[in-house]
Amino acid sequence: MANSISSTGTDSFVGTARSRVDGPAKVTGLAKYAGEFTAADLAHGYVVSGGIAKGRITAIDTAAAEAVPGVVKVFTHENRPRTAWLDYNYQDAVAPPGSPFRALYDDKILYSGQPVALVVAEDFDTARYAASLIKVAYEVEEPLTDVERQREFGYVPPMKRAGIKPPPEPWGDAEGAFASAPVQLRNDYTLAVEHHNPMEPHASTVVWEGDGRITVYDKIQGVSNSQGYIAGVFGMDKDKVRVLNPYLGGGFGLGLRPQYQLFLAVMAARELERSVRVVLTRDQMFTMSYRPDVRQTISLGSDEEGKLLSLRHEALSGTSRFEDYQEVVVNWSAILYGGCENVALDYRLTQIDTFTPSDMRAPGAVTGVFALEIAMDELAYATKQDPIALRLKNYTDRDPTEGKPFGSKSLRACYEQGAELFGWSERNPEPRSMRDGKELVGWGMATGVWEALMQKSSAQATLTADGKLVVGNSTGDIGTGTYTILTQIAADALGLPMEDVTTKLGDTDLAEAPVAGGSWTAASSGTAVMKACRKIAADVFAMARAMDDSPLANVDLERVVFTGGRIEVAGDPSRSVSLVEAMAAAGVDKVEATESAGPDAGHAKEFASYTHSAIFAEVKIDEELGQVRLTRIVSAIAAGKIINPKTARSQILGGVVMGIGSALEEESMLDHAVGRFMNHNLGEYHVPVNADIHDIDVIFVEEEDKANPMGVKGLGEIGIVGTAAAIANAVYHATGKRIRDLPITIDKIIG
Amino acid sequence: MNRFDYVRPTTVEEAVRAIGSAANARFIAGGTNLVDLMKYNVERPERLVDITRLPLEAIEERDGGLGIGALVTNATVAYDDRIKSRYPLLSSAILAGASGQLRNAATTGGNLLQRTRCYYFYDDAMPCNKRDPGTGCQAIGGVNRIHAIFGTSDTCIATHPSDMCVALSALNATVRVTGPAGERIIPLGEFHRLPGDEPQRDTTLAADEIVLSVDLPDEDFGAHHTYLKLRDRLSYAFALVSVAAVMKRDGDTITEARFALGGVAHKPWRNAEAESSLKGKPATRETFEAAADIVIRQAQPQSENGFKVELARRAIIRGLSQAAAGTPQSQSDKRIA
Repeated sequence: MANSISSTGTDSFVGTARSRVDGPAKVTGLAKYAGEFTAADLAHGYVVSGGIAKGRITAIDTAAAEAVPGVVKVFTHENRPRTAWLDYNYQDAVAPPGSPFRALYDDKILYSGQPVALVVAEDFDTARYAASLIKVAYEVEEPLTDVERQREFGYVPPMKRAGIKPPPEPWGDAEGAFASAPVQLRNDYTLAVEHHNPMEPHASTVVWEGDGRITVYDKIQGVSNSQGYIAGVFGMDKDKVRVLNPYLGGGFGLGLRPQYQLFLAVMAARELERSVRVVLTRDQMFTMSYRPDVRQTISLGSDEEGKLLSLRHEALSGTSRFEDYQEVVVNWSAILYGGCENVALDYRLTQIDTFTPSDMRAPGAVTGVFALEIAMDELAYATKQDPIALRLKNYTDRDPTEGKPFGSKSLRACYEQGAELFGWSERNPEPRSMRDGKELVGWGMATGVWEALMQKSSAQATLTADGKLVVGNSTGDIGTGTYTILTQIAADALGLPMEDVTTKLGDTDLAEAPVAGGSWTAASSGTAVMKACRKIAADVFAMARAMDDSPLANVDLERVVFTGGRIEVAGDPSRSVSLVEAMAAAGVDKVEATESAGPDAGHAKEFASYTHSAIFAEVKIDEELGQVRLTRIVSAIAAGKIINPKTARSQILGGVVMGIGSALEEESMLDHAVGRFMNHNLGEYHVPVNADIHDIDVIFVEEEDKANPMGVKGLGEIGIVGTAAAIANAVYHATGKRIRDLPITIDKIIG
Repeated sequence: MNRFDYVRPTTVEEAVRAIGSAANARFIAGGTNLVDLMKYNVERPERLVDITRLPLEAIEERDGGLGIGALVTNATVAYDDRIKSRYPLLSSAILAGASGQLRNAATTGGNLLQRTRCYYFYDDAMPCNKRDPGTGCQAIGGVNRIHAIFGTSDTCIATHPSDMCVALSALNATVRVTGPAGERIIPLGEFHRLPGDEPQRDTTLAADEIVLSVDLPDEDFGAHHTYLKLRDRLSYAFALVSVAAVMKRDGDTITEARFALGGVAHKPWRNAEAESSLKGKPATRETFEAAADIVIRQAQPQSENGFKVELARRAIIRGLSQAAAGTPQSQSDKRIA
């Protein structure tokens, strides 16, 4: 089998469905999250959020709060301690270009909900009560938060964000080809602003160690990012700052950048020289980043048969006044259909008075592909053909944005297998043609695509004399199953049972690794763990061969296999040494290795790497009353090797459910007059509940890829991409009503 | 959340005294709404009077109907055999709301007194005449797709969020209350009030009065009832529009019909003219359309909730159709009957 981890050539664990190794800890409450760690003499901080979107603080009265027994200190911009001066010091590992937000920095208000004070008290309730007594007076300026009204100020970002490919230069003559195309479609698309809303609110617990060191439990998708931020902002040596986050209750990208509660907790702990915890409220989770407001226009020109002659995709994205947040929105059109000879892609920003948007699960792709894949459905109808046939007609085996073939692309198989399982061939393409009782039935499909990435990452492994292995690095398991898959990989690499392997993550004392994001963790940390384990294998093998009368004498490493805790001569199990025996004979109590892995530059030079999917959706709609029920989804995924089909399926299910929310429910509603998101709680910001979710089937199609040694492509984002378009297309098929503005709520169905 | 003192009386008389002796006291039972409001600094009571020890936890036969004690939980009402058989509309409406956990904690009296879900009311950084009288209404002209289309004033466009009360309204329930001046009976339709120029007052209950029970009249609608709720997801969301309808028929002729709307006004919305228009008419779509048209003639939508007018019209028609056909909406099967 290709890409096996085990030296036996057949993996015992990798590729098999395994329950989460961290599952028991999570369901029994043993797993602790950032806001649950405690310390002796812990003080509690409560954030006071500002009420205006633009202007300045003219007065802030903290006297009543300070007079409350139990209040330790109230921090505002007037008494905050000095921190670093330069923007550079505030720029975390994934920051976009610009001046990162600084909490309590001065009297200026940059967005609604901005923290204006931190009340620190002996207990949470006192801090919260005292916070309610703080009076802030403002000089209010009119905020501008409507992206459409800021269109005229759109600009191409002068500084590019690291890791975000700007649109390629146009090729051909997209405008001219569109004008002369027999079939012309040009439409605008919008996706509502969404907030990440992980179940776990953001929290930081800073433990004051008393010797110049702090230990920080921070809600973050990669502890090294928080550590670097703290070191930069507070001028601390990294070795005095240990950051841990063993578990994350959902991040979805909001946990990539250190958020303001971390700054506030560290600031207060340093100033008070005691341990401090700051936990945000659910409402305050709406005072940070969000999926940006992007206005898109797609122009498709084709021949009568639907072969694309012109493809234009333009996007205008809102960003803050202080950072140029960028994501890949328009490139996907060319990556999927760039065989077309006339392509023009345009991506601009415009500034509004909100916080900086951020990565949110499949950032840019959720936005761009939703618009593109609705447009393709419209083209299928305009050219009277099956939507899959239209996509195959415009299928490309090369990524024209990079001028390279795909290392692997099994999207055809996704279409075929997804359609087969869904029963697509039974579809009557005529809108409003299918019914079930009072309800109209709609079937729609769409394509999904996401980058297959790898980041430089290291990992460590320690085999102890009792035959137990510990592996790990500093990246986070953000609920994806990283603990589990790294355990599988390590167990197979050294031929150990999974029970003998422990994976540790989320601690800056462990080998350095990047934030968990971009769907790169399986490839990056997985390869590093595999290499560290292989190094241990080689070291222990050397010990085994050096034993007196070793059964492995004169045998090379290539000729042995590691299995069942032993090293055996391949094909001759009678000649073997256990790992424990070898270490005992060598007189060592442990064998350690730290290895790093990074992307294969040679492969990347030759090939483009992406994951793909085909999504099929069924909706049932009571047209008179506008109620949409999503009854069925089939998501067929091509993502290279699947390490654990069980956690992998869960990843896709989560992505699909989030896509359903995007299609039908999620919407952060801005009141432009006051520049504030108003439905800032989970009662009024709707995400899917059980009643909204019915059958979801996930297919992983076979795909062999060579971008990394394991052939892994990553699964964190691909499940969401395209899902909303498939649902919107199903709504069209059911009703004949083309809705290009998500979410598709009752008012749009009956409107 | 402010600091408050707390008392826990064991008799109604003590409770009434306790609420009257502090300037800003609140009763607390299930706390499913009040505690939230306290966390948001919307309610800042000086005293909480915990009434969970009062003897108001029974559902009793009363004048041929049923009296539901103020402390009976929503879940107990919804699953009570007498309620299910004699007032299935009430059971259905309760089950259309909140979640199992909330219904286990929330009480009948608390449900009557729950406060609006207007975003601005909950956000103490925003002006709100209901929360802080005289500060203004930012919802007018703001984010108001969930707001009222009937009975609004230029100071408030909030809605009453209850499902239960919509059914109680259609059932002509009464609320039995007591206070220093003694017991009195308030028809459900007069219990909640329109905002007018006093939007801070949700009800006609005096500050020192307590709800004892909600009483249901002796009336049988058989299968001719429904609670139809339309919302932004299929469960656990407040109504954009809901309809509670009851009907009596003699053959094809409607002899009596009543219906109330939820999610569209500061109180469960009834329209006497529309209801009487149904009397003596055949139970046909045309009849229902005519009644619905009478109702929506009074609609005054806001900047973002114009769709509610047409949605209300269609919901009335469907709700009356369901009631007429004896096919009440199921709250577990989300297909609309």
